[in-house]
Order: sequence, then structure tokens, then C-alpha cells
Amino acid sequence: MIDIPFSRTKFWHYITRAALYITLIVGMFIFMLPIFVVINTSLKDPAAINLATTWALPAQLHWQSYVEVIEEFGPRIWNSITLVTNATLLSAIIGSLNGYVLSKWRIAGERILFPLILLGMFIPYQGILIPLFEFMRDARLYGGIPGLIIIHTIYGLPITTLIFRNFYVEIPDEMLEAAAIDGAGFWEIYTQIVFPLSVSGFVVVIIWQFTQIWNEFLFAVTMTTGASEPITVGLAQLAGGQAVHWNLPMAGAVVAALPPIVVYLILSRYFIRGLLAGSIKA
Amino acid sequence: MLMPTFILLGIFVYFFLGKTIYYSTTDWGENPAQPALSETVIRENIGFENYQNLMTDIIQAMFRNSLTNMFFFFVFFVIGSIALGLLLTIILDQKIVGETFFRTVFLSPMALSFVVTGTIWRWLLQPDGGLNALPTVFGLEPFRFNWLNSQEIWLQFTWDKVPQYLTFVGFAILAFLAVRRALHQDWRSVGFMGTLAVMMLIIFAAGVWDRIWLPLDVAEAEPSIAPKGFNAALVGIIIAAIWQMSGYVMAIFTAALRGIPEDLREAAQVDGCSNLKVYTHIILPQLRPFVISTIIILGHTSLKIFDLVFAMSGPDNARTVMPGILVYTKGFRQNSFAQASAIATIVLLFVVIIIVPYLYIQLRRHD
Repeated sequence: MIDIPFSRTKFWHYITRAALYITLIVGMFIFMLPIFVVINTSLKDPAAINLATTWALPAQLHWQSYVEVIEEFGPRIWNSITLVTNATLLSAIIGSLNGYVLSKWRIAGERILFPLILLGMFIPYQGILIPLFEFMRDARLYGGIPGLIIIHTIYGLPITTLIFRNFYVEIPDEMLEAAAIDGAGFWEIYTQIVFPLSVSGFVVVIIWQFTQIWNEFLFAVTMTTGASEPITVGLAQLAGGQAVHWNLPMAGAVVAALPPIVVYLILSRYFIRGLLAGSIKA
Repeated sequence: MLMPTFILLGIFVYFFLGKTIYYSTTDWGENPAQPALSETVIRENIGFENYQNLMTDIIQAMFRNSLTNMFFFFVFFVIGSIALGLLLTIILDQKIVGETFFRTVFLSPMALSFVVTGTIWRWLLQPDGGLNALPTVFGLEPFRFNWLNSQEIWLQFTWDKVPQYLTFVGFAILAFLAVRRALHQDWRSVGFMGTLAVMMLIIFAAGVWDRIWLPLDVAEAEPSIAPKGFNAALVGIIIAAIWQMSGYVMAIFTAALRGIPEDLREAAQVDGCSNLKVYTHIILPQLRPFVISTIIILGHTSLKIFDLVFAMSGPDNARTVMPGILVYTKGFRQNSFAQASAIATIVLLFVVIIIVPYLYIQLRRHD
């Protein structure tokens, strides 16, 4: 038998490692508790849901709540999909063009224009809500999804412009100069060189805009009415009443959370890049 | 090519901001000549009356509650998120097996909307179930905290005392800054701070605050009697917000940590620095500018907080009301558009106070 000396530092090393992992695992369980509860409750028979048995597992899986919620949400899910697809694509395309102009072309007053565009990111939307409401009503766009598409496109422009500008700064100017010498103009350079190189930029921006717009509530609740509400408003109403049947809001929360969560789990790297774009400048 | 964006943002951001500020000086929604249910709007300029009402009128107590709530939400939400985010960053920085997995877990609430988060936590915080019932799973006694329905008020104060507190805090900050500048032998800045302090003292002593804060005739009314403070009902909302945002803080700090050159750490370790010392002497000082940006980002979130509170305790709950919610209820439910605009303008003012130093720091870092 070989006698292994068990040194004190080694001992403390193992203790700290064990403590770290225990903290992490406990922390993970605490973080996931709400997720467990929402799925658990959504799968229970409504008759079996009561406060005392929040943590008990369902006796048998009850999928009926999801059927009911999807029926109830039906048009709202479709509203959200229409809204998100249009506003995301529009703000991404315009943002990409802006980023291209800002990073590759000299414009008079750029040093003032760019910060002014960026500042648009920082305003709390309550600050423009009332004039916006007035404008939408006068333009006959109030109450519907087309109006909301316009709103999300416009207020998405600062962040999409910023992400694309920072992305295009990385493309070497020499590439564009070479193309310019060959006679390529503003649009040719964009469609033939810049756009094909922007795939990952588009992924970041599209994911970011998709999650933001899908999850947005303030514009949704103030600028749409009745049948044209997006899903977040539907969920808030479902959960807002006094005598709530909790199986429905819980199933509704799962349905409303599913698209962004799936995107996040598959493409989390790009999601994080979008997340950090608004907070840390290179 | 940039022109369409610039014109659109010019109208939808800057022109509309100006309009909001203008509406805040009118009586839109309160004008006696306004015919009911009419499309035509009658509004007249009434100066700062809306602001004066918000600060003093008994009917507007809800607004003062909302400011108080926002303050306490801001303080505890920012401290909590940063503390938890920093802890997670440091733990996950220890070459953990499964690091990516843990990161994905802790950041996942960020992909949810505040409405979803609010709905889930509202169910979790029911007084007789949810979190309160969790100990019973292990055979323990349930918790008895009332969460969102709690009527308790901690750290009570009355509205008329606020100028005193503000003056005191202002003095403390100036003294702190002055001492720091004095250590750098920067006597000009110390003199400047001293002048500011004297000015604050004069303003306070001359009774200027009494005029603008509480005009004397209403000093005995609601603002000085009704206790304000940290409503216990906010605790649950703060926890939900921390749950959602601390992963974001972790993401920012992790990105910042990756920016610290590896050899800097190794050199410190070679020099015999303990792990703890590497953090306190090298990593935390490098993180400081990011802590400041994070405070500003989270502060910004607290100023406009709307959907989370809406989903958790409803838009009409006086215990948890926030200015961002009042803009909605006053404007879109009660048609008091002018008062809603005044509240929105006050929120904007706070944002400016937070954002201007942030941009200043950012620009200075670029130079």
C-alpha cells in the first residue's frame, strides 16, 4: 500500500470545490422552481388545483388546459406572429442599410446623427405614448396590428442600426474600395458584398427583435383593441381577473413563453450578443 | 439613405417627447368646456399646475405613492440583481464543469416577457400556497408572509420630510466626493463641491423647498400625515424582477471578465496572490465601470417598470403602483391626458438624470 499524504491545502481545495458545486446546484433548483410550478400547474385537472397542493405532482396529465388556451388565444397567437414577422424583418432590413451607411460612407453631421439615433433606445416609451396614441388615431392606424407593426419597426431602428453598424465596422474597407474601383455603386456594394457577409448580424438582430416584440406589452395594451390584441395582452387578461382558474393562465404562460424560450435554447450565443449590444459598447 | 430613419425618429422620438412636455402644461382631459364623448379636444395652457397638483393635491396621493414605490423598487432591485449576478459570475469563473449549462439556466428567465414572469410569480406568491407552502413539502411549518397582499409599510416617513433627506443625501455625496478629490490634491474640485454644499444649505435655510415642495396652505394635509415607505407588497415583485434580471447582470459581468487579459491574472498568481486577492485587487476594480453601466441599465428598467407590476398586482393597486403604470391608468383609462403627460415628463426627467452621466462616462472612456 502506498501512503498518500493528504495535505491540508488539498483538503480545503476539495471542500471549496464541493461547496461551489452544491451552491450552483441548489441555485439552479431555486431558479427553476417557478418553471416547475408553471408546467406542473398547467398539467393538472382544474378541480385538483388548490393552494395547499401547489407542489404536488398532477395525479394524471391533463392536457385539456392547453387545448382551451390555444382556442382562447387562437387569433391572438396569429396577431403576434403577423406582428413579429413583419416588424422584425422591416426593422432588420432598414437597420442593416443604416448600419452600412453609417460605417462605410461619409455623411455630413454623422457625429450628431448617430448619437441622436442611439438616444432613441433610452427613452421610456411612456414618454411618447400619448402623442403616439393621438398620431395613430389621426392616421386611422389605432387599434390594429398594422399600426403596431409600424410602431415596433420605428422604435426598433436604434438598436438594429447600432448592432449592424458595429458589425459592419469589422468588414475591411479595402474590400469595398476594390469593388468601388471596379465600378460598383452604393447598392451593388451592399447587395454583392455587405449583405452576403451579414448573415450572423441578421441572426443576432432578428432574434433580438423577435424576442423583444413578442414579449412587448406597453404598446400592445395601449394601441390595440379587442380582436387585434397580441398574446401578451391576452395572457394579462387571462390572469388578471379575481377568481382565476389557475390552470389556464399557467398553460397560457407556457404557450406565450415557448417561442422565445425555444429560440433562446437553440441560439443562445446570438441571443446573448443581442442582449449585450445594448449595454456594452466595444 | 439615412434620411428616412432620421426623419421617423425625429418625429416619433423627439417631436413626441416635446409634445408630451407641452401637454403636461395643459388641462387636456380636465377642461370644463370639453364636451363629453367628443372627438374634438379642448385644451388650454395652465402652466405648471399639473405638477403642483401632483406634488400637493390630496387626490394625487397615488402619484406620490408611486414615486416612493419606484424608489424602493430601484434600490433593492439594483442591489439584489447586482449582488446575485456578481456571485454567479464569480462562481462560474472557477473552471466549473458544465459552465455553459449553468449559464443557460441562469440566463433563461431573460427570454421570458415580464408578463409571463409576473403571471407565474403571482401564482407562486399566493398567501396560502406557492412559496409559502414550500416548507410543507419537507414537513416544516408554512411561511406566513402575505406577499402581494401585505399591508405592512417599512421604513416609514412623511412626504414633507423629503427635502430634508434629499439635502442630507446631497451633503453626504458631496462630502464623499470632496474627500476623494482632496486625496488627489485636486483643490479646485473640492472648492467647487464646497460651493455646491453651501448653495444647498442656503436653498434649504431660505425655505425655498417649502415653497416648491409643499405650498404652505396644504402642509397640514395628506402629504405630511399619511405615512409613505417601503410597502411590503413590493417584496415579491422585487424578487421576481431579480429572478428575471440577475442572469443578465451575470452576462454583462462575464463579458467584462473575458476582457481582462489572462496573463494579468496569472502574473498575480505567480506573485503569490491568493485567489481571493486576485479578485479584490485585480478583477473587481476592472469590473467597476461595468457595475456603473449595470446600475444605470437596471435603474432605467426600474424607472419605466410597467408590465411586471401590471401582471403581478394589477394596474390599480395603491401599494405597488409605479409612475409608469399611472401614465397608463390616468391617460388611457381616465382620459386625464395632461396629468399623465406630467407624470411621463417627471419619469423622463429621472431618465435624463441617469442617462446623462452614463453617456458622459461612455464618452470619457472612448477618449
